[in-house]
Amino acid sequence: MRPAYWRRMDVAARRLTPFGLTLILVVLNVVPLHVPALAMVFPVLPLIAIYHWAIYRPELMPYYAVFFIGLLQDILTNMPIGVNALVFLGVHGAVISQSRFFTGKSFAIVWLGFALVAAAATLANWVLISVYNMALISPGAVFFQYLLTLGCFPFFAWVFLRWQQTFLEHG
Amino acid sequence: MKFRLHPVSQVTAPIKSLAQRFALVGFIALSFAMMLSGKADISLIERIRVQASDAVAPILDAISRPVATVTEIADQLEELSQIQAENTRLKKDRAQLLQWQTVARQLEAENKALRGLLKFSPPPKATYITSRVIANAVGAFAHSLLLNVGAPDGVKKDQAVTTGKGLIGRIASVGNRSSWVLLITDLNSRIPVVIESTRTRAIMAGNNSDRPRLIHLSPGAMVSPGERIITSGHGGVFPPGLAIGTVSSVSDSGIEIQPFNDRRRVEYVRILDFGDESLIRPAPFSSSPSSARPSSGRPSSARKDGKKTP
Repeated sequence: MRPAYWRRMDVAARRLTPFGLTLILVVLNVVPLHVPALAMVFPVLPLIAIYHWAIYRPELMPYYAVFFIGLLQDILTNMPIGVNALVFLGVHGAVISQSRFFTGKSFAIVWLGFALVAAAATLANWVLISVYNMALISPGAVFFQYLLTLGCFPFFAWVFLRWQQTFLEHG
Repeated sequence: MKFRLHPVSQVTAPIKSLAQRFALVGFIALSFAMMLSGKADISLIERIRVQASDAVAPILDAISRPVATVTEIADQLEELSQIQAENTRLKKDRAQLLQWQTVARQLEAENKALRGLLKFSPPPKATYITSRVIANAVGAFAHSLLLNVGAPDGVKKDQAVTTGKGLIGRIASVGNRSSWVLLITDLNSRIPVVIESTRTRAIMAGNNSDRPRLIHLSPGAMVSPGERIITSGHGGVFPPGLAIGTVSSVSDSGIEIQPFNDRRRVEYVRILDFGDESLIRPAPFSSSPSSARPSSGRPSSARKDGKKTP
């Protein structure tokens, strides 16, 4: 009886980790690093996590979790509340609707997919913020942020894949 | 148990997928609603942001400390390697500064004498609240810092935030243990400034890039690169005379300012506290009797009031 209970708890805890890891990325994203090159703009690390888990374990990342992560991202980056929530939900929904395309694809294809999805997300962010502020945001920094996010993808995707293999295989 | 699973899942699967689709649409609608209400009723959304920032602040505080320590060590190692060049530069600087000191002393004495003649009441003296930067939300879309002090420490909305080099922003919202600073480079930042040498008034507007711009310059004003920009004190939000930056370029597209502060390397900031609204009330000039409001007593009493209110 007891071992079964603990096993259930263990599985439940493991299944919470994608959400937890994404939350950690949201917080890490705004920690002041004092690295001049990185501090100009920061990559949108949570976007990587949203994309990754929507491909590999969508059932562990329900909509309300995505919404909550987006809200926290909005709050901690001091952006209008709702913008990132909307963008993350859009990314999550889009990737799930194309889940058949992503199954069994190589890493390069997944990265390419991310390049497209992140481009759409960045564009949506740019339009939303520009409309919200009634002012055009300079596209240079936005584009740099996109490139930085794209460059960070392989590392975080690798970490998530390892995590998945180690902790979520039997979940 | 096992053979019952089939028919049940056959019924529940479509419902589940339908519910999920509704959930997506629902949450997207909710996001939109929050954005719109943030635009319309700023106080409610602002309260959510402040509460959430307060909740996350201890975590960010804990994480940012070791990060800051590591950076400090790296900086020290870097400085060690350049210690000799630094030393010669400092010696040169010191010789120059000694000259300036003499000039400053003369001016101070002259100023004091002239003030005595005019019965000038000096502006209220500021006290400082020093704070650590625990989050650096400087991206393509917003330029803000999160500080680890809040209302109980005496932080109030619209106070000026500076570093040793000059103005860096103003307090945008205050929580119980955290507060947000809107940087001078943010899109929503508008600061009344003057060009120090010519006293030309202008507004410095942030644009989410490293270089804010001067707008609303008086027509016919001459601006040239290298001129210092300081706060004018108009509007009563900032005290006059805080250093901001220098004019970096003048072109048809606008006048760009290079701020003195490098926001990438800000670890600690100072919040200027003038007590209760002392900046908004115009300082009593010679027309009102200065004996009625002793200039030395006023700032301290205002400070006491400021301490009582939180």
